Amino acid sequence: MQKEMAYSFPDEVLKHVFSFIQSDKDRNAVSLVCKSWYEIERWCRRKVFIGNCYAVSPRMVIRRFPEVRSIELKGKPHFADFNLVPDGWGGYVLQWIAEMAGAYPWLGEIRLKRMVVTDESLELIAKSFKNFKVLVLFSCEGFSTDGLAAIAASCKNLRELDLRESEVDDLSGHWLAQFPETCTSLVSLNISCLGSDEVSFSALERLVDRCPNLRSLQLNRAVTLDKIANILRRAPQLVDFGTGNYAAELQPDVFSNLAGAFSSCKELKSLSGFWDVVPAYLPALYSICPRLTSLNLSYATIQSPDLIKLVSHCPRLQRLLVLDYVEDSGLEELASSCKDLQELRVFPSDPFGVEPNVSLTEQGLVAVSLGCPKLQSVLYFCRRMSNAALVTIAQNCPNLTRFRLCIIEPKTPDYLTLDPLDAGFGAIVEHCKDLRRLSLSGLLTDHVFEYIGTYGKKLEMLSVAFAGDSDLGLHHVLSGCESLRKLEIRDCPFGDKALLANAAKLETMRSLWMSSCAVSFGACKLLGQKMPKLNVEVIDETEPPDSRPESYPVDKLYIYRSVAGPRFDMPPFVWSMDEAVKILH
Amino acid sequence: MSSENGKRLLETDAGGLNFEATELTLGLPGEPRVTSDGGAKLGSKRGFSETVDLKLGDNNREVKLGHSLQEAAKSPVSKTQVVGWPPVRGFAKRGKKSCKYVKVAVDGAPYLRKVDLEIYNSYQQLLTSLEDMFSCFTIRNYLNEKKIEQVNGIEYMPTYEDKDGDWMLVGDVPWQMFVESCKRLRLMKSSEAVGLGLTTGPKYSSTN
Repeated sequence: MQKEMAYSFPDEVLKHVFSFIQSDKDRNAVSLVCKSWYEIERWCRRKVFIGNCYAVSPRMVIRRFPEVRSIELKGKPHFADFNLVPDGWGGYVLQWIAEMAGAYPWLGEIRLKRMVVTDESLELIAKSFKNFKVLVLFSCEGFSTDGLAAIAASCKNLRELDLRESEVDDLSGHWLAQFPETCTSLVSLNISCLGSDEVSFSALERLVDRCPNLRSLQLNRAVTLDKIANILRRAPQLVDFGTGNYAAELQPDVFSNLAGAFSSCKELKSLSGFWDVVPAYLPALYSICPRLTSLNLSYATIQSPDLIKLVSHCPRLQRLLVLDYVEDSGLEELASSCKDLQELRVFPSDPFGVEPNVSLTEQGLVAVSLGCPKLQSVLYFCRRMSNAALVTIAQNCPNLTRFRLCIIEPKTPDYLTLDPLDAGFGAIVEHCKDLRRLSLSGLLTDHVFEYIGTYGKKLEMLSVAFAGDSDLGLHHVLSGCESLRKLEIRDCPFGDKALLANAAKLETMRSLWMSSCAVSFGACKLLGQKMPKLNVEVIDETEPPDSRPESYPVDKLYIYRSVAGPRFDMPPFVWSMDEAVKILH
Repeated sequence: MSSENGKRLLETDAGGLNFEATELTLGLPGEPRVTSDGGAKLGSKRGFSETVDLKLGDNNREVKLGHSLQEAAKSPVSKTQVVGWPPVRGFAKRGKKSCKYVKVAVDGAPYLRKVDLEIYNSYQQLLTSLEDMFSCFTIRNYLNEKKIEQVNGIEYMPTYEDKDGDWMLVGDVPWQMFVESCKRLRLMKSSEAVGLGLTTGPKYSSTN
């Protein structure tokens, strides 16, 4: 009698309980409890996240989760951001859209990152999903304003259209006018990636006017400063705003109009945009600065004194993205004014110059580490570093979760001692026990990897360039980092031994990228043979890898786990090491 | 501990690098380092050692390890770009007035690359970078009239399409003018280029 009770919960009750479980991890755990829970869970899973679009096929996803409303897909490997993945590599979304069009008529949200999205895909989305609400295209490419026009015209209840950092072919500026007059549902619109003259401004104004729930709006560079006030007055409820061009001749009426418009936005917490900044217009922001929690000045070519003035007005700042024009002095000011700072990103204004053009050194970061106890996430480009500074930073900020340091010149040693920076990064992984993401740079030997393997137990993503001496380095990482999901390596002397010895580890990770390393073609083939659950892909743009001796190193290697088998959309310069795939190039 | 074939330069000793000893060569372990044909066999098209050198800049830069920034400053102000380094996303859009990405097509290759012309300061830099990217052949550097060794018997000429839609030889106009007017690049087989009458005159000898 009592045994029966355990199984007598009606499905509806379980479904109701499961509806409170949102995280994928928990949902996956639920599905493993027993067969009936698996069944119930799969029918009520509404959101699916697929970190690698080639790890699973659309059909498999649809078969298991028949009632999905929201999907997120990622395509190209991260190093595609830096031109290391040739055009045509893959990451096409069309097949996913086509299959989901039939299977998920109620699909409402599509979020894509680093995928190739064609106008055809966008048109298919527009006509297939009657309840479409959210489209986020993060770092995508392959589409034009024609595709956007289709989305605007058909999606009656569109809430979010976010094109951040995507590459869009501008064919016509009038796509925005395609939003019907009846569309009043927009909450978020990010068109910051569009080039010049791609947006009909009057259509934009009318759109903003009729969408009372608009909270987030990022304009593109073509929108001039004098137009900002018009927009803001129509949307005083904005929480997140990206300006366009922030340059104009200083005119008192324009200034006061702008300042007034900003001050009427009582909810505004986050600002971005700021192309071509004229410093004289920055004080127009002062009224809202005390409320600002996020400031993205990574396009703002303003000098340290102006940055210091601005930042000193923002005591609540939690997130700052800025160019290295901020200099050490600006960061010192930041450290003393912004005690709530959690995330700092400093980008190089002149990354390809040999000489430093600004006075930004490790000192700035040390100052911030000292002054901002809540610092969690760092991305820092600089030209010199020392072990001492890294140790200090590590000790000051034990709560770091993301630490990405890029010393611009490869293999730069500690500038004080000329030692490798092993000890410094070692201190980072040792002290920052919650570190999830790490990017290395500077002169580094195998020792740094020993530290990482020993201490980096929570590390999920590691980026390595021009580092290490031997396979031992790679072996330390693969054998020690228990939580590792993504590993990307370029220009390191890592070869076959470590990879083959840790082949099983690769099945526990999402992906491994290695370019300009020392992994031989023979080893790739072996890996492909022995590990059917891995897709081992060799990228070589010059000639087939089998036209050379097996011991010859491959140019680029991308290995990822997959239950879908080798993919069918490989371009001529990508070779699958799967035995079943005939090389027909 | 070093790995087998295809070893990278060992950078542990910053100062007295025995550069020759660590220089990469092709070939299976145990084979002699230098082949009589200068490495053209064994499918050296990829030119791994050259790639290493190219990617890390000229040889002198390797020896500079451990030197201070002042030393580094003695090298030319403009240096060879390493592909994808520093890892700046869409840098061209940051802090610069314009972004000049143009597609580069290569006759006979099915893929395109994109280069940002703004990051180069001269034709020499651009051509070196292109050679780096498409290292299965060499590009005829007609500016210096250097007859570069042809690796597979095919020479390529850098050409570009300008604002008016005309195809021109790279190097005809001053660099800045070129950057402004170039819409895309095409590395054309020399034989074809001759056929199109893209030669510049008597001092430019035709190939094949």
